[in-house]
Amino acid sequence: MSPVRVIAAFALRESLRRRVFVVVAVLTVAFLVLYGLGVWQVYQEVGDFDVDETGVEAEVVAGATLLGLAMFGTLFLGTILAVFLTLGAVRGDAERGLLQPVLVRPVERRTLLLARFLGAAAVCAAYVIVVFVAAAVLTWAAGGWWPDRIVMPALGLAAAVALLAAIALTGSVFLSSTANGIAVFMIFGAGLVAGLLGQIGEALGSDTLDTVADVSSWALPFEALYQDALAGLTADTRGFTRLAISLGPFGGAQAAGFLLWPFALAYLAAVGFVASRAFARRDL
Amino acid sequence: MPLALDVAGLRKVYGPVTALRGVDLQVQEGELVGLLGPNGAGKSTLVKAACGLVRPTEGRVEVAGAPAGSLAASRALGYLAELFRFPDWCSAEEVLVFHQRLAGSDGGAAERAALLADVGLADAATRAVGAMSKGMQQRLGLAQALIGSPKLLLLDEPTSALDPAGRRLVRALLERLRERGVAVLLNSHLLTEVEQVCDRVTIIAGGAVVAAGRPADLSKPGGVEIETGEGVRRYDTAGRDEVPRIVADLVARGEAIYGVTVLRSTLEDAYLEAVAGASTGDGASAATAPPERAPAP
Repeated sequence: MSPVRVIAAFALRESLRRRVFVVVAVLTVAFLVLYGLGVWQVYQEVGDFDVDETGVEAEVVAGATLLGLAMFGTLFLGTILAVFLTLGAVRGDAERGLLQPVLVRPVERRTLLLARFLGAAAVCAAYVIVVFVAAAVLTWAAGGWWPDRIVMPALGLAAAVALLAAIALTGSVFLSSTANGIAVFMIFGAGLVAGLLGQIGEALGSDTLDTVADVSSWALPFEALYQDALAGLTADTRGFTRLAISLGPFGGAQAAGFLLWPFALAYLAAVGFVASRAFARRDL
Repeated sequence: MPLALDVAGLRKVYGPVTALRGVDLQVQEGELVGLLGPNGAGKSTLVKAACGLVRPTEGRVEVAGAPAGSLAASRALGYLAELFRFPDWCSAEEVLVFHQRLAGSDGGAAERAALLADVGLADAATRAVGAMSKGMQQRLGLAQALIGSPKLLLLDEPTSALDPAGRRLVRALLERLRERGVAVLLNSHLLTEVEQVCDRVTIIAGGAVVAAGRPADLSKPGGVEIETGEGVRRYDTAGRDEVPRIVADLVARGEAIYGVTVLRSTLEDAYLEAVAGASTGDGASAATAPPERAPAP
């Protein structure tokens, strides 16, 4: 068995034994139950709307808005998982004396980083895909609405949390666990705020806000992946319904274009390179 | 055949602090070398440099002929850190399986059972680390360090959490390892322990080697004590060679002799002298306290 698989499997087993996954599963079920209840209640109200008079398909607006909300919640939960699985991987574990016995084995330091990243990314990606698809199914079951795209938004969410896991892992090389956790959540929050500013800028026609959002998206591509995934939910929706969705809190997202995925991969590689270089030079 | 550990001109600087100032140290196959020194002397930094956990600022560190920190060097060594932990959710068996896989050891269950027996944990294979005492965890750490039959064992305070029985067990284990040709670098504050098991001792102070040699060579003659019918007589400047003459003189004077003890200073005396000399900048002349007397071996 390769060292990558050994270390990744060990990290996953630790999460299982520490009941991380049990806690996450229970709380996620609670989240989905709450979401399902909310969706059902909203569609009860929306059923009374008259489509012909307004030209807006209310069930589409409701579905897109609610699933956008679920997508935000899923990203947030996935980020929490990603950060807590990686925030102490290097300095935290070294300070606790857990890392040294592993690093004196014939294992490259970059192998350890890769294993920790793959383990965390696999768990978080699978998690957000499952939760997002479950939310989409709940929305369809309650209101009969299904998003215009499902696969790419799910993959976009998965890639976003994988990037956040990589950022948290890199932070763990430089920062103590607490400082790293705070830093990553602040980066996450900054990215989301920048994205919201971009949506507001789009609605207001503000070039400055658009520029801020663009720069933030390149600097923090997890935000661009999230926005792209959000835009995918209503990619084929047009007319007044499109306009109504755009006015909502999750409707102004912009598709990022074909460069997003190659850029995200390059960004991931760059983050990995920085982490690997810094870790290789670190005295423990 | 390459040395098990070859350290040459090792210098390590942490920002404004120079932890090691050109240390030379060699450990042969099957040799048990003690590393002594006060807190902050640079002992742990030296051991970590040998493990590849710390990068030298200058100098060379090789393990079994390979640069420290390389995969080849890592395959040749076992390491027990001074401050280490294993995940508390793991059983002893799981810890060893994990390290066997990382080390590429194909010893399997037989190796694990033998190692646990060697450190007196044969009955604790399934016990979680979190349910173990500190001493048991330290013994598990020792078993972990021995996975894959390393050529060089680096032990940083391996008995600090052990009771006397545990220390004796470790001493016996070190003796067996020496017989098997395993080289050991033992970093310890327990001078009597080092004196009992080590072939050679290196004393570090202020980041430099201030004394080195066999424990017996580091100690000095401390006089002769003769128990007579009149009481104990001490001859502070006398050595072993003078015992027959002194005894003959006493007998000629009609004194009854009940016992003769040739005294030497202890390793602790040598250690204190070397460390004090380093702190005063005087190689090995100043001692902070008069040496205690101990019977020569």
